[in-house]
Amino acid sequence: MVAPEAHGNRIAQAWSVLNGVMDPEVPVLSVVDLGVVRGVHEDSGELRIDLTPTYTGCPATAAIQLDVENAIEAAGLGRPTIRIVTSPAWTTDWMSADARRRLQEYGIAPPEQPAPQGRRALFAPAPALACPRCGSMRTRRTSEFGSTACKALYACEACAEPFEHFKCI
Amino acid sequence: MSGGARFEYLLRLGDSCLVLGHRVSEWCGHAPELEEDIALANVALDLTGQADLLLGEAARTEGRGRDADALAFLRDAWDFRNLLICERPNGDFAHTIVRQFLFDAWQVELYAALTGSGDSALAGIAGKAVKEAEYHLRHSGEWVVRLGDGTAESRTRAQAALDALWPYTGEMFETDETSAALAAAHVAPDPESLRPGWTRIVDSILGEATLTKPQAGWMQTGGFNGRHSEALGHMLATMQFLPRAYPGAKW
Ligand SMILES: [Zn+2]
Repeated sequence: MVAPEAHGNRIAQAWSVLNGVMDPEVPVLSVVDLGVVRGVHEDSGELRIDLTPTYTGCPATAAIQLDVENAIEAAGLGRPTIRIVTSPAWTTDWMSADARRRLQEYGIAPPEQPAPQGRRALFAPAPALACPRCGSMRTRRTSEFGSTACKALYACEACAEPFEHFKCI
Repeated sequence: MSGGARFEYLLRLGDSCLVLGHRVSEWCGHAPELEEDIALANVALDLTGQADLLLGEAARTEGRGRDADALAFLRDAWDFRNLLICERPNGDFAHTIVRQFLFDAWQVELYAALTGSGDSALAGIAGKAVKEAEYHLRHSGEWVVRLGDGTAESRTRAQAALDALWPYTGEMFETDETSAALAAAHVAPDPESLRPGWTRIVDSILGEATLTKPQAGWMQTGGFNGRHSEALGHMLATMQFLPRAYPGAKW
């Protein structure tokens, strides 16, 4: 029988470990910052972690799952079971203000907030974005798709540098 | 509603994503420009991811110990239930884009309706996938406008693609016993109910692209019953080669 305090402790410890598990594609964001961790539970002495994929076909999903299992085990909390949840669907609105700031500093323009919803988002002009390097608003989208499922490509006309935008969904 | 109807329906959705996803992935390394190569690869990945969720759900419903991989790699062409438009060969870039646009407009309408499904697993998948489908539609729609309202050459090719693919759009709205059973159980929308929304999107983009909408006429059919064109068999021979030649292979 695990005492209630110990029980709560283990979950809190797991969260602090998860805060240190970085996204393999965007290494300034942890899986908690991204909103990919949907819950941590303890069932008959075993940790269960609920994860949600960012995009259904994101190839990093399997890598993230493995990194989470390894980090929790390495912290002495036992091998967790992972449950993949798809509902509610992941949205960039779950990204904290602090995470957005770190993304900006890393050179990736953060997603707008709140994410545009439904049909209004269709065929709307590309959002006006500030260049994460020089702050100029003279930027243009060069491609809707980027190096990973979660990013689009932009270019800044003021400093002439290309940059990435964390897409907003 | 029988589990059999749910299984059939999930195959229709999942196989359509899988087959089109594979087709689009054939552009990887061959697209006309780098940005487009990346865009098409991203669309292919999203579709394959949706297929994985839908076929995984189909396998659970079936309850015969198969998983999404077994359904994807170990069935033959006559067991596939995809829309025939998904298996059409890529042709030129205009052909690929017009095929994608007609499909994306249907998928956006379908997933939006499925988010209200009484089947929570299906509603969950649709809620996730509708955002991806909208993103794809914006990309393909913008290209249809660019090609149609572009040069004489791009316009001729886009119109030819539209004329060739149009007879494959009727299947999207076909009703049969399976679709009726799912609609009655509030699991899926009546396919015909998706037509007005689809038509609105298609008309608005074709108008902007100055392309001529083909006359209503005879429509192809058969994908939902496993009657496919020879194109699917050739595609599966490539797609399924590795797991069939090396059963249980992992990396
Ligand atoms: Zn700049």
